Order: sequence, then structure tokens, then C-alpha cells
Amino acid sequence: MPTYRDEGVVLRTQRLGEADRIITFLTREHGRVRAVAKGVRKTGSRFGSRLEPFGRVDVQFYQGRSLDTVTQVETLHAHGPRLATDYARWTSGTAMLEATERLTPVDGEPVLPQYLLLVAALRTLDSQTHDAGLILDAFILRSLAISGWSPSFSDCARCGEAGPHRAFSVAGGGALCSACRLPGSAAPAPQTLMLLGALLSGDWARADDSDQRARREGTSITAALMTWHLERGLRSWPLVERV
Amino acid sequence: MYEGVLADLIDELGQLPGIGPKSAQRIAFYLLQAEEEDVKRLANTLLEVQERVKFCEQCGNVSEEDICRICRDPRRDPSMLCVVEESRDVIAIERTGEYRGRYHVLGGAISPIDGIGPEQLRVRELMQRLSDGAIEEVIIATDPNLEGEATATYLARALNPLGLTVSRLASGLPVGGDLEYADEVTLGRAFAGRRRVD
Ligand SMILES: [Zn+2]
Ligand SMILES: [Zn+2]
Repeated sequence: MPTYRDEGVVLRTQRLGEADRIITFLTREHGRVRAVAKGVRKTGSRFGSRLEPFGRVDVQFYQGRSLDTVTQVETLHAHGPRLATDYARWTSGTAMLEATERLTPVDGEPVLPQYLLLVAALRTLDSQTHDAGLILDAFILRSLAISGWSPSFSDCARCGEAGPHRAFSVAGGGALCSACRLPGSAAPAPQTLMLLGALLSGDWARADDSDQRARREGTSITAALMTWHLERGLRSWPLVERV
Repeated sequence: MYEGVLADLIDELGQLPGIGPKSAQRIAFYLLQAEEEDVKRLANTLLEVQERVKFCEQCGNVSEEDICRICRDPRRDPSMLCVVEESRDVIAIERTGEYRGRYHVLGGAISPIDGIGPEQLRVRELMQRLSDGAIEEVIIATDPNLEGEATATYLARALNPLGLTVSRLASGLPVGGDLEYADEVTLGRAFAGRRRVD
């Protein structure tokens, strides 16, 4: 039987034909999966509300030649309806879903660490315990780290000399000591690098304490790191509402 | 799986109504093998349609004139405005016979993942329409799915300081679906039972 069952988060939905949608999932065991959900835009569809972005679902697929088909789906956790009532959280969450799609391979290769990170980040975003922008930036930094692009925000990225250091270079891998400093390095505020380090390591007490200036600068460094590694930025990034 | 521009073409075709992934592939490969002239004629026709079809200058609905039939109709209640995503939704609401005001067609829903924010929709035009104070109630009738809800959240927040009544269609519409697929009775009921949002 060419069917399989997994748990996944709905990353994106696209209209297909008259009443169907293509749903992109990040699944726990099968990585990123694109599948057709038939008839979900019609009245009376059993699936429609369960296959909305942000939803964590228990889903069964029928394996097709080009695209799989969703045959059964149950909601495990629907974050979407609550997020949609808070514009800043919804736009931040959307950027997380897009980043996940961009960072994961298509061929169904499992990416468990990224899946677990996404599930945890959505839960945090939904619980409103931290600023939505900080949660997004933390998610991006940790996603890059999972993909093997972990920047250094303290010790020198080249020689390892203990930080903090003044110079910071996206192309150079992060903070740089005065000996390793590359031409064109930026000199972000020390509080900004501290904030980014806290976001990467999950030190929320320190991150929550940061001021607006460090957050703004931290966001632009996060964006620069992401764009450097993804080659082009996220479409949703400029539309994220930062408060 | 296909790559690059061929994959893009299959994706684009697959978004057309009535065309599934298999048909999209079939059409894409047909176009690959077609004469250059035939493909050019098709492309030109598509562009021409886009140029010639008009949208009402006032509400954004499809129209053969500069101002559409509904905006021109003096029997329409000038104090009520219903905001919808697309022209198809106007037709669906007209079918219910529940509503006698005018419309504002946004041109879609806010969808950051597709690069569509408030700036890409007719939100500024909406705010301009509301500035003379003639409209007293705005009914937000975006699709009952997540993007529709988030668009409603954004609009309600922008409209509430203007001091008019902002309402949203009552629940009962199938969540996750498109407004145009709702039957008249359900949609009519959703209209009658609309609730104020603050
Ligand atoms: Zn060094
Ligand atoms: Zn009009």
C-alpha cells in the first residue's frame, strides 16, 4: 500500500484548480512534503480547516507519481486561528514558515531538528510569552545554525580568540578580533551582539531585557545573515510587523 | 520533479481553475513543442485581456465602464460598504439578496509568503473612500480562512479609529473554504448575523 502516515506542520497552501489546494508540510519523519488536498475549498469539506498554515496535524498520504495526496488529517494543534487575530504575531509566524520552506530540501529527506525547532517556536509565538520579533529572529538564527551556518556573536569566528570583539562581518562568519578583522566589517553595539548571542542560545531572560535599539540592529544583522546564506531574502520579511 | 522555468510554468498553469497537476504538465509539454508563433499569439492574447478588462475606479470590481453598475445604482444604500477579496465574492453576496450597500474589492488577501501586503491591495483606496464620512458601516467579508482572518484583523485595526461601525460576517461559514463556494442560505445568514468587531 503506497500510503504513509506522519505528523507535520502546514507551511503553505496554494490554490489548485477549482476546489483543491497544494499543501506544503514539514513532517517529522519525511521532511518537506507537497501534497494535494482535494475539494478543501468547497463547502462541507472535512479537511479544509485542518489544513491551514501553522496547523500541526496527524496526516496520512497516498503516494503519487508527482505529488502525494492527503487522504486523512487530524488536528494536533491549530495555532493559526489565534495567530490570525494578532497581526504582528501572524506576520512573524508567516516568515518562520517561509524560512522553513526555504531551508529544507524537497526530496523528503528527514530534518528532525528543524521540525522540532519549528514546533517549539510556534508554541512560543502562540503563548505570547515573548516579543514576536524576538521569537522570529531567534528562530532564524537557530535555523541557520541547524543548517550548519552558526555565526559567532562573541569569540572571533576566525581564530577563536575569546570575545567580545568590536568588528562583525556576515561574510567572515560573525565577530572578528582586531587581528582577523576584515575590510568592510560592521561595528554593531555590544548590546546587539549580546542580544543575538542570547537569542541563539535561548537565553530569554537576557533577550527580553534588551532595548529597542539593540532589537532593531539585531533584526537587520539577522536579515543580513539569512540573505547571505539563502542568496535572496524572504518575501514575507519586509511585511513582518515589528512593534 | 522538474526544475527552473519549466517547473514555474507547471506551477503557474496548475493555479488556473480546473487544471490539476497532470493537465498542467501536459499543457506545459505541449507548449514546449509548439511553434514559436503559436506561443507568441497566446502570450499576446493573455496580455491584451489584461489591458482591456476594466476595473471600477471606485470599488475595484470588474466592469465594462469606468464606474460599475453597482456603484452607479442610486438605490444602493450609500452608508454601507462591504469589503471583499475578489469580484467573484461580490457575485456570491449579490446572489443572497441580503445586502443593499456597495462594495470594495481588495484584489486578494494579505499573504506575506507571496509578497502581498496591505500596500499591494486596494487598502489605501478603501481609506480614501471612507474619508468623507458618508459610510457608516463597513462589513469585512474576507474569506473564512486564515489569510482572510488576518486581513480582517489588519483592516479592523485600521478602521476602528475612524469611528464607524466595523463588522465581520458571522461564523457558520465553512472554515478553510472560499467565500464564493458558500451557498446563498449560509452566506445570507452570515450577513444577517454579522457581529461588530472592536
Ligand atoms: Zn581572530
Ligand atoms: Zn464599482
